[in-house]
Amino acid sequence: MPPLIKRGVILDDAYMLVRGAATLADVPEGVPVIVPLALWVAEREALAARGDVGVWLAPADDPVALANDVRVLKVIAIDFPSFTDGRGYSSARILRDRFGYRGELRAVGDIQRDQLYYLFQVGFDAFSLPEGKDPQAALSGIVDFSDGYQITQSRTPWFRRRDAMRGSPQ
Amino acid sequence: MYRYDHFDQRVIDERVAQFRDQTRRYLAGELSDDDFRPLRLQNGLYIQKHAPMLRISIPYGQLSTKQLRTLAHIGRTYDRGYGHFTTRQNIQFNWPHVEQVPDILADLARVEMHAIQTSGNCIRNISADHFAGVAGDETVDARPYSELVRQWATLHPEFAYLPRKFKIALSGALHDRAAILVHDIGLQIVIGEAGEVGFRVAVGGGLGRTPMIGHVIREFLPRNEILNYLDAILRVYNRFGRRDNKYKARIKILVKERTPDVFRRDVEAEWEHLRGGPATVPAEEFERLAGFFVPPAYEHLPGDDPAFRAALADNRAFANWAQRNLHPHKVPGYMIVTLSLKKTGIPPGDVTSDQMDAVAHLADRYSFGELRVSHEQNLIFTDVKQSELLSLWQQLKGLGLATPNIGLLTNIICCPGGDFCSLANAKSIPIAEAIQRRFDDLDYLHDIGELDLNISGCMNACGHHHVGHIGVLGVDKNGSEWYQVSIGGNQGEHAALGKVIGPSFAADEMPDVVSRLIETYVDIRHEEERFVDTVRRVGIDPFKERVYAPAH
Repeated sequence: MPPLIKRGVILDDAYMLVRGAATLADVPEGVPVIVPLALWVAEREALAARGDVGVWLAPADDPVALANDVRVLKVIAIDFPSFTDGRGYSSARILRDRFGYRGELRAVGDIQRDQLYYLFQVGFDAFSLPEGKDPQAALSGIVDFSDGYQITQSRTPWFRRRDAMRGSPQ
Repeated sequence: MYRYDHFDQRVIDERVAQFRDQTRRYLAGELSDDDFRPLRLQNGLYIQKHAPMLRISIPYGQLSTKQLRTLAHIGRTYDRGYGHFTTRQNIQFNWPHVEQVPDILADLARVEMHAIQTSGNCIRNISADHFAGVAGDETVDARPYSELVRQWATLHPEFAYLPRKFKIALSGALHDRAAILVHDIGLQIVIGEAGEVGFRVAVGGGLGRTPMIGHVIREFLPRNEILNYLDAILRVYNRFGRRDNKYKARIKILVKERTPDVFRRDVEAEWEHLRGGPATVPAEEFERLAGFFVPPAYEHLPGDDPAFRAALADNRAFANWAQRNLHPHKVPGYMIVTLSLKKTGIPPGDVTSDQMDAVAHLADRYSFGELRVSHEQNLIFTDVKQSELLSLWQQLKGLGLATPNIGLLTNIICCPGGDFCSLANAKSIPIAEAIQRRFDDLDYLHDIGELDLNISGCMNACGHHHVGHIGVLGVDKNGSEWYQVSIGGNQGEHAALGKVIGPSFAADEMPDVVSRLIETYVDIRHEEERFVDTVRRVGIDPFKERVYAPAH
């Protein structure tokens, strides 16, 4: 099983990413799976009943389709076919900020250590690296920067905290 | 000007460390060319024709003399003793070595500078009115707001991998000197009915292959919502901007394809989710930022200095320079001085390291130790006493920085072109020089009056040719270099795109073509009418006929 970085730790990945599944028949039983959004939307009842099914979004998939599933799903993955396609960053923020999704949000596809800091800041807490990439080296990418200006998953904008540190009321 | 605190400094220092490691991995073969490219571009590093090119950010064009001395040092130590100021108020160096770039960035970080997001598909350097804070027509000083936007844009986690580059400009004056309507986002700072500060937001302007004037999507945005609103615009663009074709990937294409109305609805719907949230900017933050831009210790002076008046009357060369290169200042007794980087024979925007050191010395002595870079690729001293103008002019003349051509035909905006840039279809610098040589008669030049001539070596339009009164675009025809000419473009609040007059020309025809355009104008102009006004009145036909008429 490919290694997974989750919340700063390297683990064996329990989930199988099912990229091509078009019908329920394509989904293996007996192993936790992550299925495409289209299949989840079509077979939501049956898949949710399994209790071990996550959903993955392609860059163009609308995260709004999962608005009512954020309490049910334990794993949502967002695919980056190329690391230069940044749509998944906005999808992540919509899931986290707008819908309050608190489960595992994993980045899959063409991601490397140089993307992990940004990915982590927009709300990804798990990273499935491509074959052959050293997860230990990649881990250090998460902390390339110790802080930043913008609002992110882990912090409010710096201008709010700076004033709070001075003790002035907001 | 803005000064870093420990927080800003740490961000920049960590960026240097990150890029040093990325460069090490690249040189060790651990990062492929393809994987390194977007990373180096977001640090301003291109691989060019002859050598790498490093573009350094000068936020909203403001520089301290300490920073300028560091740029001189970089030119001397890592390059060939000069730098090139760009149309985004940045500076670029054309000959650094890849392995030395981390050291250059470390030197820059020591003076609160960096190369973050000066290239690549991300939010680029924030540009603003180069007269902000001192112009007489100013409503609100754009610099504190520009700094807020700069901080928001710096290493924004959500928007590092956009469909294409993204440029934002701000102006707080009546006259738009920052070309905000040809930016992806143009922010005009305005005062609301109750005296509150806000923004008029234009989106989807841009030059390049498909030039467009920006559409105003919100007439008044309260200032505390600015970052929420920018997040909303960028999120809509990041999600829905085209990624299948890089020539259709700018936000202007999305705005056009959706229509400005639909685009506005999308942005406003996204904004509803963000509005009033944690990124809403408290009044204290605006006050804090404004505190960095308080006016310097101006003396109380009479509005008109007698010695200055006398020098104008006595010295024609000084008077010529004063007429073209000075602008009124909001404080009596002071003037804004533009140092022309458009001397004939020197590539527009180029400055040597020795000149930079000398300019730093003069800015310390005459203008409170600060200066500006304009998008027209000149340098500006914003705060010079009238009584010291003559002395300053004499010294600038000695440095070759007093060409009296601001606003005139020879103040050419020009990209580096085919001499340096691997994207270019054609050379641009030799064309600029040939035209400058043709118009070397100062009296004629002043008689022609205000004229913006802009040259781009390819349709990426770094030389802003679409908004030149005369625009020149380098094109490739069967492997040779040709030049397409347009007239009637304009920058500023009356932004307009020029119209192409006809088939393109060979390089050696260009001075004649410009001469014929100018002769046509001189023949048919009305009193007080600028070239661009004449084109607007009569259309392009009279110009076209003259230019394409058979010789003799």
